[in-house]
Amino acid sequence: MRKAEIIGAIVFALFSIYLMWKSGEVASWDTAGRFSNLWFNEYGEPETGFWPFALSVIMFICCIWIGVNWWRRTSPPSRSTDIFLDRFGINMLITVVGGVVAFVALSSIISMYFAMTLFLIYYIGILGRNRWVTTLSVALGAPVVTFLFFEWQMRIVLPKGYAEPVFLPLYDIFLNTGAS
Amino acid sequence: MEVLTLLWDGILTAFEPQNLLLMFIGVTAGLFIGAMPGLGSVNGVAILLPATFLVPPTSALIFLAAIYYGAMYGGAISSVTLGIPGASTAVATTFDGRPLALKGRADRALVTAALASFIGGTVANLLFTGFAPPLASVALRFGPPETFALMLLAFSTFVGLGGDDVPKTIFSVAFGLLLATVGADPVEGTPRLMFFGLEAFRANINFLVLAIGVYGIGEMLWTINSTRNKVTMTEAKISAKGIVDSAKEASGAWRGTAIGSFLGFFVGILPAAGATPGSLMAYGITKMTSKKPEEFGKGSLDGVAAPEAANNSASTGSMLPMLTLGIPGSPTTAILLGGMVLWQLEPGPRMFSDRADIVWPLIGSFYVSNLIAVVVNLAFIPLFLWMLRMPFTILAPIIFVLSIVGGYAATEKIYDVWLIVIFGVLAFFMRKLDYPVAPMVLAIVLGPITEETFRQTLTRSRGDFGAFFESAIAAPIIIIALLLIFMPLIKSIWRKLRPRKAREGT
Repeated sequence: MRKAEIIGAIVFALFSIYLMWKSGEVASWDTAGRFSNLWFNEYGEPETGFWPFALSVIMFICCIWIGVNWWRRTSPPSRSTDIFLDRFGINMLITVVGGVVAFVALSSIISMYFAMTLFLIYYIGILGRNRWVTTLSVALGAPVVTFLFFEWQMRIVLPKGYAEPVFLPLYDIFLNTGAS
Repeated sequence: MEVLTLLWDGILTAFEPQNLLLMFIGVTAGLFIGAMPGLGSVNGVAILLPATFLVPPTSALIFLAAIYYGAMYGGAISSVTLGIPGASTAVATTFDGRPLALKGRADRALVTAALASFIGGTVANLLFTGFAPPLASVALRFGPPETFALMLLAFSTFVGLGGDDVPKTIFSVAFGLLLATVGADPVEGTPRLMFFGLEAFRANINFLVLAIGVYGIGEMLWTINSTRNKVTMTEAKISAKGIVDSAKEASGAWRGTAIGSFLGFFVGILPAAGATPGSLMAYGITKMTSKKPEEFGKGSLDGVAAPEAANNSASTGSMLPMLTLGIPGSPTTAILLGGMVLWQLEPGPRMFSDRADIVWPLIGSFYVSNLIAVVVNLAFIPLFLWMLRMPFTILAPIIFVLSIVGGYAATEKIYDVWLIVIFGVLAFFMRKLDYPVAPMVLAIVLGPITEETFRQTLTRSRGDFGAFFESAIAAPIIIIALLLIFMPLIKSIWRKLRPRKAREGT
């Protein structure tokens, strides 16, 4: 935990420095150059980079402060001897976050609906070891409910990827605007 | 008297069939969300907000407020029967609710909780109706420096009262504010913080993306990791006769109810405080002032009533600054506020004069939702107990799917969904390392208005920071905010000085 605390603070500090550098970026048409936008212009108005730059400086100061607390061992994580992520935690992150990432990645390829079904079968059936009847009823029910709610009622088109042709008959049934 | 007419019209609008149905669904969903460990009102409101694009803003707000209410009632159900709070707002309810359940008196605890919640909600509604219009009319005179001062006050309460690590809280606020600056500059239109040069960042990061990431994905990961999928419950027998008997007994808990109702409201108004500390404080004060403090922790009905009245009261209290000043009183109202911006409403004091057609039906719905919540709660306790048996391995993936689909529906951009996943994992690690995440969500919602008022003030004064202290309203607010920010520092210096004084004295 102690190691994680300082690594976290260092990562956030580096990120803050990157943000300061990024805040100094000016629009491509601006000839004044990087970091010219961080203060007031000739009319006394704060320029575009002023606010984000100030915030990243505050973030950076906080990271140093966190580092000092770590060194003085005044914050609970800097004193804790617990393991930051035990075997369960690491496994959980890999299996659960991996599943979610695969779900989103597959959404743009095989449609959000099929991706959802696969994800639910994977999670409820394989990870959760629930009964297959339960697994399949949720996995097959969810896309139907989603389609009816989002596409039919709200007219929000979810990603279909290469599976678009499969949905064409459904469009004819549910999204027919009554033109025919 | 004008207020009463407006309120009456509002209640009538709330009774329109569509709104009534939405309130019923919202309250029921809220009860379930509140009862489910790992899910609280803020998760429910964040995940279900995209679904409300189906109905007009007034109905959407009524629906989301009903979820908020329901969740406050629902938290008690798992606090009593599972011994673990269904939401952080119901932590204090476990102290006496659980011992009662172990004695086989779960029904009494649940009925007392429901009735105390109802009274807490009603008292808060009356206070709200009384306070809101005058506060809004004062706030109408606020210009950019005053508004900026209020925003600063909202953030500083997290530092001074939040109770989390100070640098981590400030980091969280600054990070949230910074995320709000990504995209086109609101004043000049120039692109800012376009990470990796991706064009997708030209549009601002929608607050919902962060909220769903934090409260949908991050919170789920956190719950899975901390409960290890092992949420088990003990039985609570509930019968109709038991409810009637319990209701008679619950009237004995009037002291806790009264303390919770009033205290909760005022604690709820503060942005960093809200329902969780409100309920803990109510519990503490009720115990402190009780004639039988020894009964607390062993199954005192007052000990159940106080936190439950307080958390409902606080949820209404947190709506007060949201509707009148445009600063949310809790993470849940921060998301509601963000929703109002999405619906192109301008939250703030003008809502009361310009959009009375939205404000008053919403206030009216508080009264009606509260009534629906107590009825649904009492009638369906056995059903909720049955639903609580749903394994977390089924609930969690459903929440993930809702988060992803809802997140996509909100902006219809797949890159936003990737951001949701990234923010979710980030939030999980931040929580592991004790960084509070609620200030971050509040900050991204308030970010645009904070920057705008900051820049407007400085533009008007031609870069003179003194402008913030020239206004008779802004100056004291900023001073209070600064005091709150430095309070932890002052406290630690005080602590170091005192022992020395004590030593010198002897």
